[in-house]
Amino acid sequence: MEALVAIAIGTLTAVGIYLALRMRTFPVIVGLTVLSYAVNLFLFTSGRLTQNRAPIIGTSDVYADPLPQALVLTAIVISFGMTAVIMIMAIGGFLESGHDRVNMADAAGDDETGDAAGEERA
Amino acid sequence: MMGHWIIAPVVLPAFVAGVMVLALRSDLLLKRIAGIGSILALNAIALALLWSATIHGPEVYFLGEWPAPFGIVLVLDRLSALMVALLAALALPVVLYAIGSGWDRKGAHFHPLLQFLLMGIGGAFLTGDAFNLFVFFEILLIASYGLMIHGGGSVRTRAGIQYVAFNLVGSSLFLFALALTYGLTGTLNIADLAQKLPTLPEGDAALLRVTAVMMILVFAIKGALVPLQFWLPGTYANAPGVVAAMFAVMTKVGAYAVLRFGAVVFPPELAATGSLLQDLILPAGLVTLALGAIGVLGATTLPRLVAFGGIASMGTAFTAIGAFTPETSSAALYYILHSTLATAAMFLVADLVTRRRAHARLTEVAPPIAQSGLISALFLAGAVAMAGMPPLSGFLGKLLILDAFRTQEALVWTVVLASSFLMILGYARAGSVLFWKATALEVPAGRWPREGLAFSATIALLAGLAGLTVLAGPLTDWLGETAAGLYAPEAYIAAARLGEGG
Repeated sequence: MEALVAIAIGTLTAVGIYLALRMRTFPVIVGLTVLSYAVNLFLFTSGRLTQNRAPIIGTSDVYADPLPQALVLTAIVISFGMTAVIMIMAIGGFLESGHDRVNMADAAGDDETGDAAGEERA
Repeated sequence: MMGHWIIAPVVLPAFVAGVMVLALRSDLLLKRIAGIGSILALNAIALALLWSATIHGPEVYFLGEWPAPFGIVLVLDRLSALMVALLAALALPVVLYAIGSGWDRKGAHFHPLLQFLLMGIGGAFLTGDAFNLFVFFEILLIASYGLMIHGGGSVRTRAGIQYVAFNLVGSSLFLFALALTYGLTGTLNIADLAQKLPTLPEGDAALLRVTAVMMILVFAIKGALVPLQFWLPGTYANAPGVVAAMFAVMTKVGAYAVLRFGAVVFPPELAATGSLLQDLILPAGLVTLALGAIGVLGATTLPRLVAFGGIASMGTAFTAIGAFTPETSSAALYYILHSTLATAAMFLVADLVTRRRAHARLTEVAPPIAQSGLISALFLAGAVAMAGMPPLSGFLGKLLILDAFRTQEALVWTVVLASSFLMILGYARAGSVLFWKATALEVPAGRWPREGLAFSATIALLAGLAGLTVLAGPLTDWLGETAAGLYAPEAYIAAARLGEGG
């Protein structure tokens, strides 16, 4: 089981990093999501892999470590929220600029802040 | 003893932000009053905490009365109290500037987001638990995402996406590091880690080194340490000026975390890591400083120039932190206090300029702006502070750092002094392009409101720098004791009362 989980985490991490390095926002977001799956799985395994054990003392002779389960729950909620935020920002950026490339090329390089200030003035 | 007041810097902004979002949705005036009131209260609490930490030493707060290594704790010691006080002191001018300049009108949620940012940063400074540090990082980041794109605009939004994506990768890395730490030691309490790591078996040393480096990478992202500084210039230059000023304390969260972990969790005496962190952070800090100085010289717009100035100041701070001795850490703390206020003041000055002008390019002679006399005086004072020239506290900060590095003077002194020279050139060039006119030009009068509050806020930050300069003597004594306490963490560990509970 260790090998299987390790391969799964490794594959997810590799896929996540590859997608996060893409040129467009959508694959980047998918990549970040996959990366968060990998890290959640990794966090879960930090309490050691066990089968058929309750995370409660007293119900059986040996128990699973409950803390990583609490940690991973927190991490899942946070990464879920973060994905929602970046999704909304990506949609906003797409609607305002008409494309979803991640680079800032059409910001005309040296005009970044001037552009923003100009918009406010207008 | 402060008791429940220790959690007040976290709970108060969270509560006020919630009230603002739910009850004061459409009333800007009430939001402003609530925001200022909350920050004034935060200042009072921070000063009380600072006083208590100085008199009574470290104190722990058990959340939900759960005993220490199992539940989450907040630990108040001199360092965390100092950083919370710095946060509160910065927040007041920032919120006044936001009101005075009208930035808080440009979106519905400026004040609640600022409160959530204060909650996240304050919590990150106070927490005594590594996983809780991650949670507070996320809180401050999610608030900063909202603030970063405050006011909208396609360029700002897309710069914001880059910032979010970069930080999400950083968060994943932090979680990997935390999982490794927990897998190795079975605890994430900072005081407990400090006790357990020296007793780890020999075979785990390699894994521990990987963990330490991953942690430091995450903090380096927060602190914009080379080679992880790429997010900063684009983010800060495209964020609203007042938000960039508040972000000046966000990079210090990274510096604080490096200092805390490098001194308490992975101290130089720990056999498994040894001088690993020193070997990584000290050279990286020097490169950051050099890169920031070159960026100041080469920046094409004023906000980018200030952003690179911020990178250079983080480089200076990380250089001093990276030696991990009480003397250098004390100098680093003084420099962190100075550079937070100085960077924030410069971002506010840059905002005063860019809001009055169609563009902020430094590559061409710009038309004159309203109130240019006062603004140029503020720019001069800020530039003197940022470059580290006398008489302001930047000079003293650099002097303290140079003095602390007497044993490695050849390398450190050369980089610090040469980059100071480059920064003086860069600021002088920017100042002459922006403000210096050979002939008197017609100033467009009456188009701009006087913005007395915005100017007062900027002047208040610069006055803070003057205060740091005047009080440098007692302050460095106090910081020296703080740094000495940081490297003798027995009191910190004892205060965490492991296994006892509230």
